Amino acid sequence: MKPSRLAVFGLGALTVFAGLFATQAVAQNEQFIPMLVYRTGPYAPSGIPVANGFRDYYTLINERDGGINGVKITFEECETQYNTKLGVECYEKLKNKGPTGASLVNPYSTGITYQLIPKAPVDQVPILSMGYGRTAAADGRVFPWVFNFPTTYWSQASGFINYVAKQEGGLDKLKGKKIVHVHHNSAYGKEANPTLEVLAEKYGYNLTLLAVDHPGQEQKSTWLQIRRLRPDWIFMSGWGVMNQVAVKEAAAINYPMDHFVGNWWSGSDADVIPAGDGAVGYKSTSFHGAGANWQVHRDIINYVYGGDEAKAKANNLGEVLYNRTLVNAMFGVEAIRTAMEKYGNKSMTGEQVRWGLENLNVTKRRLKKLGMKDMLRPVKVSCVDHETGGPVIIQQWDGKQWKMVSDWIPTIRDVVRPMIEKAAADYAMENKIEPRDCG
Amino acid sequence: MDILYSFLVAPFVDMWGYPVFFAEVVINGLLTGVMYSLVALGFVLIFKASGVFNFAQGVMVLFAALTLVGLMEHGVPVWLALALTMVVMVALAFAIERLMLRPLVNQPHIILFMATIGLTFFLEGFGELLWGSNVKKLDVGIPNESFEVGGILLNQFDLFAAVTAAALVGVLVVFFHKTAIGRALRAVADDHQAALSVGIPLKTIWVVVWSVAGIVAMVAGIMWGAKSGVQFSLSLIALKALPVLILGGFTSVPGAIIGGLIIGVGEKIGEIYWGPLVGGAIENWFAYVLALVFLLFRPQGLFGERIIERV
Repeated sequence: MKPSRLAVFGLGALTVFAGLFATQAVAQNEQFIPMLVYRTGPYAPSGIPVANGFRDYYTLINERDGGINGVKITFEECETQYNTKLGVECYEKLKNKGPTGASLVNPYSTGITYQLIPKAPVDQVPILSMGYGRTAAADGRVFPWVFNFPTTYWSQASGFINYVAKQEGGLDKLKGKKIVHVHHNSAYGKEANPTLEVLAEKYGYNLTLLAVDHPGQEQKSTWLQIRRLRPDWIFMSGWGVMNQVAVKEAAAINYPMDHFVGNWWSGSDADVIPAGDGAVGYKSTSFHGAGANWQVHRDIINYVYGGDEAKAKANNLGEVLYNRTLVNAMFGVEAIRTAMEKYGNKSMTGEQVRWGLENLNVTKRRLKKLGMKDMLRPVKVSCVDHETGGPVIIQQWDGKQWKMVSDWIPTIRDVVRPMIEKAAADYAMENKIEPRDCG
Repeated sequence: MDILYSFLVAPFVDMWGYPVFFAEVVINGLLTGVMYSLVALGFVLIFKASGVFNFAQGVMVLFAALTLVGLMEHGVPVWLALALTMVVMVALAFAIERLMLRPLVNQPHIILFMATIGLTFFLEGFGELLWGSNVKKLDVGIPNESFEVGGILLNQFDLFAAVTAAALVGVLVVFFHKTAIGRALRAVADDHQAALSVGIPLKTIWVVVWSVAGIVAMVAGIMWGAKSGVQFSLSLIALKALPVLILGGFTSVPGAIIGGLIIGVGEKIGEIYWGPLVGGAIENWFAYVLALVFLLFRPQGLFGERIIERV
């Protein structure tokens, strides 16, 4: 007996509906995170470990833990080439994906961050610009949707000065010292200047600011000036090829490399390898550990790479920027987890994740559980303070790897925080923003 | 009044007061200028042969350096990697002639220029596909120690680059002026059709000149790649060659060298003595200003050919 057309149609429709329902049910149990990456273009050497770090951590959470409280993380990469315009396009393309839209966005570019700041409250997508972007966003009363913990450029600069003071024998020994800030001639590169200037006034060191134009392939003028100045210390805020050339030029003028300290965007593996032995002794600030000796790395090798350590290392495991994005991804995941504690184990909306970010409390015990014990300092965010003014640590290149060579160095909060609040107040006035009352 | 003194007097007082440092600035400017000239040479070669500004020259530098370092990473000895890279650049020249230039014979120069923009994107993507995007250390054994002579710090690598560039220019000048291919090449540059009508093999000339430009790109790639590591920003050094070309003229090999030296010294002096007065980082645009000032007096560049068109 032939089945009637109606029966066939009914069966077909049932199958389609069942499929759609199943897909929707799965989608409801997903947490979407957009990934703005730059695997190509001039900044790809920095972008690749960053992208791999995010990908591996999200995969680890899915493979090892079955997602965040059972909610799987989904993510999609969009190539920005570190170009602000492309970055904004990527954000627009991805912000509505997933059952609840983008949970949060990690722009990984100060330029893109600046463009997204006004969009965040409109689209209800929180920005996590970890250690970059607009420093004033640390004031949560004016920037409720932007988070830049655990520390910012301004805090970092103060941490560097604290480190120099420690090396010289105290803050009073800074008087008369010559410190040069070699910086990328961009908004990012100039971020540390106001802090260094205020501290120069306070502690009496002589500060010289030397800007290097993009991309920084040729820096002879800068290093001739440094040779003439003979500074006691050099701090560098560089990016991309500028870092590699600077390290090489410093070695070429026989500058003592252990007095040359890059900021945390000038201290990756790619920054020192081209300089060969000349880079030995070069230092940089950081806010997390280097290397692949933490439990989280072992978990990634096992759960993400099926035990293939060589393959994991070929994907940048343990490199400085890779570790930074593990930390960054962890903060995002923990913020979602924090939000779930309040709103239940389901897909979180951007607004809920924002609450999670603002109430994030990553304790020492939690870090141990996450396989990151002593890899970074605990972080507790609040409504007022989206930065937390976390300490910095100094790492040094020994020719083969970065090694931590200092204790955690506190930042100079009593100088930096008032600067942040003033900058935030100026921004609020300029943009007619009524600051929140954080109670 | 203070401002006028700062801009018009103080820098010269500084130069006079610290002559050794001034000499160091000038010498380092000259050595940097040589590095710019190395890149500019590639542009000049192709412009001479086709009247086209090769937008892809910077990427050719990158592609050559990537190929060299990629081969070395696979265990190929330096000398063999150098030879193989030359072969690759010659093969690339053949491919460019066959697939890009030949179909565009007698087209306006702007069409050829647009084609070189396309070539730029292709080579960038192809290079990335073949060799990846990571920074690669390039060490072909050039010494990199610094030493002082009379208080002036000199770097062995910079001196080596200067000698290499001088040798390269010598070879190219002889090639252009003393060989039949060189003369034919100049004829092609003047007029494709006229050159063809007197039996000059246009296709061969183009292959030769793109091959030579490819090898010059390789030398530039080695020098710049050894300084910064081989990475995609290497292609941006083409921007440094532009003021050199404007100044020296697009058709002159010695012009590329002299232009490079003037730009090198000019931008260093500008940056060090006038830069701090305006917040620094002026050398990129200062080089262009310098070149444009020269153009006011010699629109064709210092050594460029004067273009006379009858109306």
